[in-house]
Order: sequence, then C-alpha cells, then structure tokens
Amino acid sequence: MSTKASRSAARLMLAPAVILLLAWMLVPLTMTLVFSFQRNLPLRGGFLEWVGFENYVRFVSSSAFWPAVQTTVVVVGGVLLITVVLGILLALLLDQQMWGQGVVRIMVIAPFFVMPTVTGLVWKNMFMDPNNGLLAYLWRFFGGDPVVWLSDVPVFSLILIVSWQWLPFATLILLTAMQSLDSDQLEAAEMDGAGTLSRFWHIILPHLSRAITIVILIQTIFLLAIFAKIFVTTQGSFGTRTLTYLIYQRVLESQNVGLGSAGGIYAVILANIFALFLMRIVGKNLDR
Amino acid sequence: MARTVTAQRKAINTGVAWVIGLLIFFPILWTLLTSFKTEAQAIADPPVWFFFDWTLENYRVVQERSNYTRFLWNSIYIAGGSTILGMLVAIPAAWSMAFVPSNQTRNILLWMLSTKMLPAVGVLYPIYLIFIQLGLLDSRFGLTIVIMLINLPIMVWMLYTYFKEIPTEILEAARMDGAGLREEILFVLTPMAIPGIASTILLNVILAWNEAFWTLNLTAARAAPLTAFIASYSSPEGLFYAKLSAASTMAIAPILILGWFSQKQLVRGLTFGAVK
Repeated sequence: MSTKASRSAARLMLAPAVILLLAWMLVPLTMTLVFSFQRNLPLRGGFLEWVGFENYVRFVSSSAFWPAVQTTVVVVGGVLLITVVLGILLALLLDQQMWGQGVVRIMVIAPFFVMPTVTGLVWKNMFMDPNNGLLAYLWRFFGGDPVVWLSDVPVFSLILIVSWQWLPFATLILLTAMQSLDSDQLEAAEMDGAGTLSRFWHIILPHLSRAITIVILIQTIFLLAIFAKIFVTTQGSFGTRTLTYLIYQRVLESQNVGLGSAGGIYAVILANIFALFLMRIVGKNLDR
Repeated sequence: MARTVTAQRKAINTGVAWVIGLLIFFPILWTLLTSFKTEAQAIADPPVWFFFDWTLENYRVVQERSNYTRFLWNSIYIAGGSTILGMLVAIPAAWSMAFVPSNQTRNILLWMLSTKMLPAVGVLYPIYLIFIQLGLLDSRFGLTIVIMLINLPIMVWMLYTYFKEIPTEILEAARMDGAGLREEILFVLTPMAIPGIASTILLNVILAWNEAFWTLNLTAARAAPLTAFIASYSSPEGLFYAKLSAASTMAIAPILILGWFSQKQLVRGLTFGAVK
C-alpha cells in the first residue's frame, strides 16, 4: 500500500546505512587486496614493487602457516564441541523446575558480559598462574604438581578460557529454542512409554537442530576472530598463534603489509565460507 | 515446559543447577572477593574466602595510579557515542525496510549481515593507514565511528525484526485517516517501537563496551578505553592480583548489570532474529 512518495522517502532513509556500510566494506577491503600484490614494508618506505601472487604463496608456505591453521582448527573445534555439548546439557537443566531459577540463569550467563581482556587476565593470573593461581593451589591440595597451564598445555588452556566466555551464549540460545518446544508432544511421548533418553534423542534434539546449527555458525565466525584473549595471555607464543593472530603479527608487529594483507584476504575468504551457510539459514527465516 | 514434578525431583534439580551455576560464576565471584583483599591475602596459601579484612584500598590505588576515570570516560564516550550515531542511521534504515519493503530488501539485509562477517584483521592495516592519514589514530572520535560501523549491521537487523512485529494494519489505518509520514512515525510507530529500540541500544552498548580488537589496535594513551586499561595489567609490573581484581570489577560491573537485563534481546540480536 505504499505510495510513490513514501517509497522514495524510504529509499532516502535507507541510503545512509547502505552508503556507510558499502564504504566500510569496499574501501579497506580494496586496499587490502591492492596491498596483497605489493612488496610493502612501511619501515623501508612502504610500497617497493608489485609482486603478483608472491605474497599469497609465501604466506601459505611460511613455516608459521600450517601450525597456525592447526591451532585455529583445534581451538575453534574444541570450543565448539565444549560449548555445544555443555550448552545442550545446561539448557536441559535450566529448563527444569527448580528454586531460584532466575538467579542460576544469571550466574550461568554472566561470563559472556565480561570484557575479553578481563577474561584473559583473570584466568591467566588468578587461576592458571603456576605459583599463585587458584588451580595451582587446588593441585597442591590434592598432592599433585601444579601445571604451568599457559606453557605446558597452552592450546587446551586457551580453549578452556574461550569456552568459559562462550558457553553462556550457546546455553542462552539453546534454552530459548528449547522453550519453544511443545510440551504436549513430550507428554504424549512419555505416555507412550518413551524413556528419557529416547525422548531427548527423538524429540528434543531434532527440535534443537536448527538452533545448534546457528550457534555453530555464529560462534565459528566470532571464534575465528579471537584476538584480545590471546593478546593478554600468551601473545601467540607456545603454539597458540591462530590465523588471526598470525596476520596481526605480520601486519603490525613485523610490519610486512604485503604478506599480512595476503593473509587477510585468506581470512576474509575463510570467514565468508561460514557466512554463506549462516546467511542461507537466516535468509530462510526472513521468508517465513 | 510447565509440567508438575515431585518436590524431590525439584530439590535435586535445584541442587545440581546451583552447584553448576556457582562453578561457572566462580571466576567472577573470586575476582570480586579478591578486589577487597590486601595483596598478601590475595595470594595467600591456603586461599582466604570470606574471612579477611575487607578493604577498599585497591579501588583507591587503582583510581589514583592509573587515572582510571579517563579510561572510564573514554569507554562511556565510545560506547555511548557509537550507539547514538548508530541508532540515528539504523532506525531510518530498519524502518524503511520493515514498512516499505522493496524486492531488494531481502538482499540488502543479507548483504548488511555479510559485512558483519568481515574479519577485522583483514582490514586492520588499511584502517590503520586511513586513521594515520586523517589524524584519527588514538582519537575517541575515530574509534567511535569504527565501533559504530562494526555494530551497525546488528543494529539494523535487530530493529528490523522488532519493527516487523508491529502490525501493518495499524499503519494502513493511520494512512487512511490521512496521517502523513511525519505523523505516522511520531504518533503511530514510535510508541510501538520503543521497546525494540531500547533493547537494541542496550545490546549495542554492551557490544561496544567490550569490543577489544579495534580498541587495542587503534588507541595508545589518549583515547584508550577500559579494555586497553585492563590489558595494561598484563605486563609483569601489573601483577598485583588485588589491584587487577579491583580494576576488573570496575570495568565489568556496569556491563554485567546491563547484561542481566538484556538476556532475551541478546539472543535475538546475536542470531539476527533467527532465534527468538
């Protein structure tokens, strides 16, 4: 029922957002693309020469590349596994009747709101420090030798820290999805003699499948970009250098803009693969 | 699931849930407790729990030594400023797509979403360079703009899903009565849109407050917000647990409280309306 006037007004209202985002996307991305074909070292005057695809080849053939890929896959995969599995269990638990449900919910969700630098430093110092950390105390209490978390099992430690931050996100979304489950269906299944496990497997899990997919996709995109928690804990040492952190080091620490930009383009492509799947799901949701 | 359960079952649920809840919440609780201890008590072996000499000394020292208020003010400026600017751009955009959809609306929405997926590290150097050229490095204004832009897609999406829920019959009735665009927005839409706008503001403040890629990489001394303030505690001379705890508590408390109010909105905002 929109008139011609309101249509053009609407276009005018949409324009600033579109123009801003277009500029935000196109300008820096084009620059990165251009840099990626250059030998560009700011400390030696910036642009030196055009080198074609050399940076792309050098980035993947450098000795740091495959370990970084491996770390990225292990960290993202590990965090996803922990947060999704525990998230489902926690959502199931929080969906039960209990006293003080609101308070429990608040406690479970709280880690998500802690700023990443605080998360990193609190875990690094107050929990994982081999001398004064609380975990070291716990280990000594049970007669064990304290673990030097961030250098003995650095990737595992990072997974633990990141999972703590993201578990609330998975839990909250899965809980929201679970609350839309029709309880009649569960009761009917119960009356037909379906056990707890069978009800979970045949009714609850299929109902959650879409929410689980969304959690996995959104978390993957955010987890690929983890930065601050590594920055304040290990600075990428001890094999905790993810792809994102490697690119950051190439660009800002070693000031090799060409190489870092080629890495950046790889990161953009990688993120877009996951984004495509996510957008397909979100897009379907728009049509309903 | 509103099913009645036995009191015994409920008691077990309660016990298990509280233990797990406290376990997950524990790092925050421990930080809070430690912030009231002396440095010696903070690393005492065995740890002290509640029975120590509670002190506010750490809060005083942190504020004096590190000019905490400047960082706090920067955080407020950046989170508040990026939210206000973002809303000014996002509300008209979401309004237009929700109420005057065209055959491009779907594509525009999805394209906006795709800009959110752009990995920041991929455009770090260009932004860095542009900031140097424009003299925006280590300026609150520059950072505010960047943070506004990275959250703009989420704002537009969230507002769009809220606006979509406003029944269009009401709009049509208002138009029949001769309401113009201005009246339509002022008297019909605004009152119904306020809850959605408030939720969006809330979520955006949280996201902007905790943003820690651009804030760490584009600021030095002048414009650094609390994320960077805390990061400065990663150096060895900052290894004072009680002070780290006090600084951390001050940095996360406001957002923790806001966050508790925004649980539902968080789901909608961060899943782009796919889970409500």
